[in-house]
Amino acid sequence: MASYSTNEFRPGLKVLLEGDPCVMMEAEFVKPGKGQAFTRVKFRNLITGRVWERTLRSGESMEAANVVERDLDYLYTDGDLWYFMTTDDNYDQVAVDSTAIGDAKDFLAEQARCQITFWNDNPISVTPPNFVNLAVSQTDPGLRGDTAQGGTKPATLDTGAVINVPLFIEIGDVLRVDTRTGEYVSRSKQ
Amino acid sequence: MSETWRPTAAIETLRKRAELLDRTRAFFHDRNIVEVQTSTLDRFGVTDVAIENVEVADHGVLQSSPEYQMKRLLAAGMPSCFQICPAFRKGEVGRWHNNEFTMLEWYELDVTLDELMAAVAALADHLIGPQPVVTKTVFELLQDSFDIDPHRPDEKLCLEVASAEGLQGARDLHDAIDFLIGSALAKLGSERVFLTEYPSYQAALAKTTQHGDVEVALRFELVINGLEIANGYDELRDAFEFRRRCNSDNVRRAQLGLPPKSIDTNFEAAMTHGLPECCGVAVGLDRLFALAMDKTALRDVMAFAARGE
Repeated sequence: MASYSTNEFRPGLKVLLEGDPCVMMEAEFVKPGKGQAFTRVKFRNLITGRVWERTLRSGESMEAANVVERDLDYLYTDGDLWYFMTTDDNYDQVAVDSTAIGDAKDFLAEQARCQITFWNDNPISVTPPNFVNLAVSQTDPGLRGDTAQGGTKPATLDTGAVINVPLFIEIGDVLRVDTRTGEYVSRSKQ
Repeated sequence: MSETWRPTAAIETLRKRAELLDRTRAFFHDRNIVEVQTSTLDRFGVTDVAIENVEVADHGVLQSSPEYQMKRLLAAGMPSCFQICPAFRKGEVGRWHNNEFTMLEWYELDVTLDELMAAVAALADHLIGPQPVVTKTVFELLQDSFDIDPHRPDEKLCLEVASAEGLQGARDLHDAIDFLIGSALAKLGSERVFLTEYPSYQAALAKTTQHGDVEVALRFELVINGLEIANGYDELRDAFEFRRRCNSDNVRRAQLGLPPKSIDTNFEAAMTHGLPECCGVAVGLDRLFALAMDKTALRDVMAFAARGE
């Protein structure tokens, strides 16, 4: 696998750090006037999401991580694994385990086109589309006509996720949800 | 249409920069310090292990600092003087670095290092507003942060501490100490700090003196917001010691696989002729101007910075 030298470091570069694939968030050249040059780097671990900081002496290099991102459509889950289908003509299925699916499982709508990160061809994380439509499976009865007060109540979506919704939302309503914040956006027309 | 022709700094900022440049010159004129100009291009570069000169084929090198030529002026009888000029360092590009930058280099005859430090603090007050400066020795800084004694360093321990702090690829004590000082300074926040009493192996061209049983360099740095702003010395006057330090630079260069550098024989001859007692300081003027204008990168205060980050 290729490697990158400190002078090639830039945000977005994917490298191996302590055996884990990481993406560089920031890379800053630092140097005392009379002293050794370094590159101070902030990484996000692509498996755990944790942020790591390291300083590399200038001239050091890091091994590139074989990380690719691909778009796949969500199919279904059997409770242990989540199944996706490639969007090319092959219709290959990819199974993703609970570690890799992470919090994305709360916002998977059928047919939703998700971005899956593969490391050495294994899925390690899933990013759902920014907005998905999901049905409400459980919520307390709403107060009709009380739309202007801005009160909220919890609602359980058919994925199992619980989000705050306005009081007028009812079971069976389909909601548009922002997957980045987990917040209700609107009631879907569908 | 490409927009890369445009300046990296705003025109309004560059106009403020012009005012700051006037204020800087006024500071020196009030102190009766002569403005000089030396050559940017010279036959010789420096032996410093961590500074790579920009070479110009068939002509020599673009100077990484006007230090040697200004000291040649002092040796020839120039009184206290200052210079504002471009300085060049190969490969140094980043948020707070540019391979060409503006250096303010300044020498005063017959002052103590403490007096020069007070003048540097006054210049910072003059340009970016008054704030007290805390003085810390390198020993205090590294003791407080990492329980390390920089004057009697245990190489293995320093490398371990640096590694635990997140450093990768350190080759020796020098890499570890440079990193740990930077790391400790970054934790000081927005204080203005004079760092003093450098270990003798970081003396550069400062005199050294015995403090008890350790030899310390009469060198200081002004650090603001964790950023190195100025580096000053009670200037070394011993030509033999100059050659010894250059030779030891070249030994370390060889150890690190770097090419040896020629010793500037004109500067050495001036030292032999006699440099007057003086203290000198180099100020990173672009950085100081950036602080004065609340900017967070050199490209915001330089007309054409090497690369936008």
